[in-house]
Amino acid sequence: MKTIIKKVLALVLSAMLAITFLVGCSSSANTTTANKKIKIGIVQIVEHPSLNTIRESFLTELTALGYTNDKVEIDYQNAQGDQATLNSITQKFVSDKSDLIVAIATPSAQSAAAATNNIPVLFSAVTDPIAANLMADLTKPDKNVTGTSDAIPVQQVFELASKLTPNVKKYGFIYCTSEVSAVSVINDAKKYCDKNNIPYTEVTITNASELQQAAQSLVGQCDAFYTTIDNVVASAMPVLADVAKKAKMPVYVGADSMVADGGLATVGIEYSGLGKQTAAMAKKILSGTAISDIPVETLNNFGIFINEDTATALGITIPKDIKEAAQLLKNK
Amino acid sequence: MNFTALQGSVELGIIYGFMALGVFVSFRILNLPDLTVDGSFTLGASCSAVMTLAGHPFLGLLAGVVSGALAGLVTAFLQTKLKIQPILSGILTMTGLYSINLRVMQNRGNLSLLNIPTIFTPFGKSDFAARFAKLLFPLALIAFVIVLMTLFFKTQLGMSIRATGDNEDMVRSSSINSDFTKAVGLAMGNAIVGLSGALIVQYQQFCDISMGIGMVVIAMASLIIGEVIFGTSNMPRHITAVVIGSVIYRIIIALVLRVNISPSDLKLISSVIVAAALSYPVLKEHMAAKKLRKGLSGNAKIN
Repeated sequence: MKTIIKKVLALVLSAMLAITFLVGCSSSANTTTANKKIKIGIVQIVEHPSLNTIRESFLTELTALGYTNDKVEIDYQNAQGDQATLNSITQKFVSDKSDLIVAIATPSAQSAAAATNNIPVLFSAVTDPIAANLMADLTKPDKNVTGTSDAIPVQQVFELASKLTPNVKKYGFIYCTSEVSAVSVINDAKKYCDKNNIPYTEVTITNASELQQAAQSLVGQCDAFYTTIDNVVASAMPVLADVAKKAKMPVYVGADSMVADGGLATVGIEYSGLGKQTAAMAKKILSGTAISDIPVETLNNFGIFINEDTATALGITIPKDIKEAAQLLKNK
Repeated sequence: MNFTALQGSVELGIIYGFMALGVFVSFRILNLPDLTVDGSFTLGASCSAVMTLAGHPFLGLLAGVVSGALAGLVTAFLQTKLKIQPILSGILTMTGLYSINLRVMQNRGNLSLLNIPTIFTPFGKSDFAARFAKLLFPLALIAFVIVLMTLFFKTQLGMSIRATGDNEDMVRSSSINSDFTKAVGLAMGNAIVGLSGALIVQYQQFCDISMGIGMVVIAMASLIIGEVIFGTSNMPRHITAVVIGSVIYRIIIALVLRVNISPSDLKLISSVIVAAALSYPVLKEHMAAKKLRKGLSGNAKIN
């Protein structure tokens, strides 16, 4: 009896496998019948507002550049933060013989680069492509990999800060130790501060729940908070904004979304712009330009973003010239 | 699914199969829920990555094994000597390992091994050779580990460890030190998990601090899928089943990626697959009871 049940179950399971197998086959069969569409595989490591914005604006711009739905077939996969799945996704793109793999964020790009040496890999939102070992020289990619970097201009943020809050003497850096991009930008910030004799202190967190206490520990030790394109801090930005507001301290951040969540100001990235630039690079690759002739691009235009509500709460009057250049946001 | 994707899934399945084997030792043999795995997997991975960057990929595998074993010993110490609950001991070690892993990775959340010689490099440079190295080397290694485990669990010590999981009181009354057998079991399990991490990092050519998150669940799913499909009638079969389960889990994931579903549903589908596999014993009982009832009523009619 036991063996019969086992056999039945084995049969059902293999039938299930076979069905998924057939469905899988039929969907790939459909693609071959349509007259040779360009196949683009998009892989994203996790659901995240900034990364989603990049993907959406990439797709919109790609259509605008003439790669409409009847010409390209987009296969979008999201690993939902699971790096094992990430490998399965990039392997799928390689086995599907995709014409282009678009990899959003560092782990996606690394996984895609490891999976193929022939298919062009176009990344976006990789802050430091050299540290990620994707290439040796940003101006001359030596492999099948190029893309757009979301490196942010540290210097400009501090220059903005010196105008907005000239009384700030010492900065307190907050970042998550597992956020590769954040660590890279913070290191740049440290270099900048060392060079310009700006004193700073730092506190690190390992997840969003630690942010409040970490921020409170900095109160009294410094005059302003500085955090960057840090997904973990960004996800709990209201907490940091609240601590800062109570302590009457400004928070300088890395992205416009963090300003909208209560940060004071940033000179930062508009992720939609990054997506558009990535689409333009995709067009170059698809029309046959060699990868080595497509240098890595950073964002052409950085925007100044200031939160008016936060500025009012801190009693900061925004200088007129900055007010004209900046995009003023309000609390969400 | 074509050959390349199938092969990729089998490769991943075998490498994650080591991790499932490690969980098998703690969860099935010792009958202890060991959550150290999320940490020891990343520990093995980061040690391997650092050694590979220093030019010693094979020593990296060894480092993965040794560091994993040490992590297991810490959990065992918390459990047996300090009398902390098994689940909590694992969580404590795993949490502490986060900082240690970052230290190992020189405070960088992500290390890249692209273009750095790994254990797969000596097998040749051509695409073909590289592809098969990634399949055959882990396959040979896991066959070796399966044989080794089978032999080990037949020794006096191995038997004692199995007995500890079955009935600790009996083991103690036979004057076997159950603290010792638990320590050996947990060290062994986490050593194999560390090896899994050490292999995957060289396979995927990057190491990320968050790569271990949720690994216990995946390992358990693989374990149970394997048991259900391949059976547990004897030790060699049970051990092999675990590895096969891991391969099947990866094939299922690859198939799910092919079916046109929204990527955001992937986690739900994984959960459903795991829940279905986990509920097998209950379903089995239910079916057996139904059959029995049917049989009885059938007999009643005849009478």
